Amino acid sequence: MNEDVVIKTDKLTKRFGNFIATNEISFEVYAGEIFGFLGANGAGKTTAIKMLCGLLAPSSGQATIAGYDIYRQTEKIKQNIGYMSQKFSLYEDLTVMENIRFFGGIYGLKARELREKSIELVETLGLESESNKLVGSIPLGWKQKLAFSVAIIHQPKIVFLDEPTGGVDPITRRQFWDMIYRAADRGITIFVTTHYMDEAEYCNRISIMVDGSIRALDTPYKLKQQFAAQSMDEVFFELARGGKKAE
Amino acid sequence: MRTLKFLLQKEFRQIFRNKALLPLIVIAPIVQLLILPLAADYEVRNINLSIVDQDHSSMSRDLISKVTSSGYFKLADYSPSFDKAFRQVEDDRSDLILEIPPGFERNLIRENPQQLFVAINAVNGVKAGLGGSYLSQIIREYNNNIRQQWLPANKTTSLPAIEITNANWFNPHMSYYLFMVPGILAILVTIVGSYMCALNIVKEKELGTIEQINVTPVRKYQFILGKLIPFLVIGIFVFSAGLFGVARLVYGIIPVGNILLLYGFLVVYLVAILGLGLLISTFASTQQQAMSVAFFFIIIFMLMSGLFTPLDGMPHWAYIISQCNPVTYFIEVVRMIILKGSGPEDIKKHFLIMSGFGILLNVLAIWNYRKTG
Repeated sequence: MNEDVVIKTDKLTKRFGNFIATNEISFEVYAGEIFGFLGANGAGKTTAIKMLCGLLAPSSGQATIAGYDIYRQTEKIKQNIGYMSQKFSLYEDLTVMENIRFFGGIYGLKARELREKSIELVETLGLESESNKLVGSIPLGWKQKLAFSVAIIHQPKIVFLDEPTGGVDPITRRQFWDMIYRAADRGITIFVTTHYMDEAEYCNRISIMVDGSIRALDTPYKLKQQFAAQSMDEVFFELARGGKKAE
Repeated sequence: MRTLKFLLQKEFRQIFRNKALLPLIVIAPIVQLLILPLAADYEVRNINLSIVDQDHSSMSRDLISKVTSSGYFKLADYSPSFDKAFRQVEDDRSDLILEIPPGFERNLIRENPQQLFVAINAVNGVKAGLGGSYLSQIIREYNNNIRQQWLPANKTTSLPAIEITNANWFNPHMSYYLFMVPGILAILVTIVGSYMCALNIVKEKELGTIEQINVTPVRKYQFILGKLIPFLVIGIFVFSAGLFGVARLVYGIIPVGNILLLYGFLVVYLVAILGLGLLISTFASTQQQAMSVAFFFIIIFMLMSGLFTPLDGMPHWAYIISQCNPVTYFIEVVRMIILKGSGPEDIKKHFLIMSGFGILLNVLAIWNYRKTG
């Protein structure tokens, strides 16, 4: 792992009226790492991700993504990132192949590249026999894997995954993480939010957000040491219990 | 350019795959064009008529047969007294009462002026007004016939009379369809344009797919063109199907004017109305909201466009609203080109105003559409 910084935020804040969704978060993410972004529901994870992807304008603070400024160079940023939303958002009324080719196309892949990529992708996913089926008709686990593959079809520097394994069975979750590791091996930085603490253990470093602020940031090992905990579960409970919105 | 190609390909695929939308695009306009002009016919037939004949003479029978054979009236009842006939009106079985008083024939032959009494049920103003005027016209004709039969014999009076002859230009037979069909066609294109375009974009918002597009390098203008072009094509298709299909084959309407000019104006109009759809979609976050807002505009557009009623009859403030309505100009131009064969000079004003609408609505829409929330 090299130490190039690909995401750098400085007191990044988002207010909705009086409500502060994300409160002065500052952190760095290094190239090639798997960065886990943890927090309870409503802690402000999705808001933070949306700001980093250029979907939401920050209220204050600074951030650079892949070296580009989050305020002025959003279009540059978009060429260098992939994003997989919490809500499945490929086109359900297009087939697997059509979705792949559409997103590859609008990311500017050349015709030959697009053809090779789409065939390769379908093979890797084991979706050969489903490639002409409408995405709406395939199981959720496959949809999520497909969405991830589409999000990195243009070989971005960073991919943002917002709860990619929500509602997915344990086996598929495992396969999904295999895919994440393979993408990381290819040099793609992974920025992932999750609720599953076992998944947190798979990350190189994790941050834990409570009520819009980052309360802890380190490797899973060091965090467990710091909180004298046996598992990430305990660390998370320890931190989240102090939160106003703890459920 | 390549990005736009991918966007268009995707859009057309989705439209052709939408089992609910496609029949709506193809079948609905045709069915509406077949049905609506019939429903919006101004001519009134089958007016229920009660007759109170207290004369029972050959002349009164003659008048009655003239009235009933005109085709406008249906003899609902033949009452012995006005009161009985009035009961029929009260029960809504009759719209009109024609009372022929006793001594009708005798008085006419003696050349005394003779009065007839016509009572009209004016709950439905259009039916009453037209029924009354049809009836007076028939009675007047009948009166003229009697004069011709009787007056030349004595030659005592020859009243000077002004006779008015009408020439109905551009629609010589006063065919109702010729007027109505192009107008309804214009409305259909409007509905397809504004509704479908707005709903389509808002649907992507609802599903969250628009977010997935917004994190890609797709430019704002590319996305908007990718949405406008398919609906522009559909709008032109609907218009053509209506014009060359239904209007021509069913109603026998063949445009008098230049078809290219008509299509030129259609394109400008569609761009304007699609801009409205786009603008609605930037404000609405659910399809339901978009529907309600689009519905509101469509109703106002339809009723304030001169489709059914002449604009000149409106109060001044309403007239001003109608002049701010793009549909008004489109209906006017469609009628002008199809019926009168108007040329580019005649529709120059309309063209400029419509271009203004197009620019205004689209600029507002683009300005209000943001990739970043």
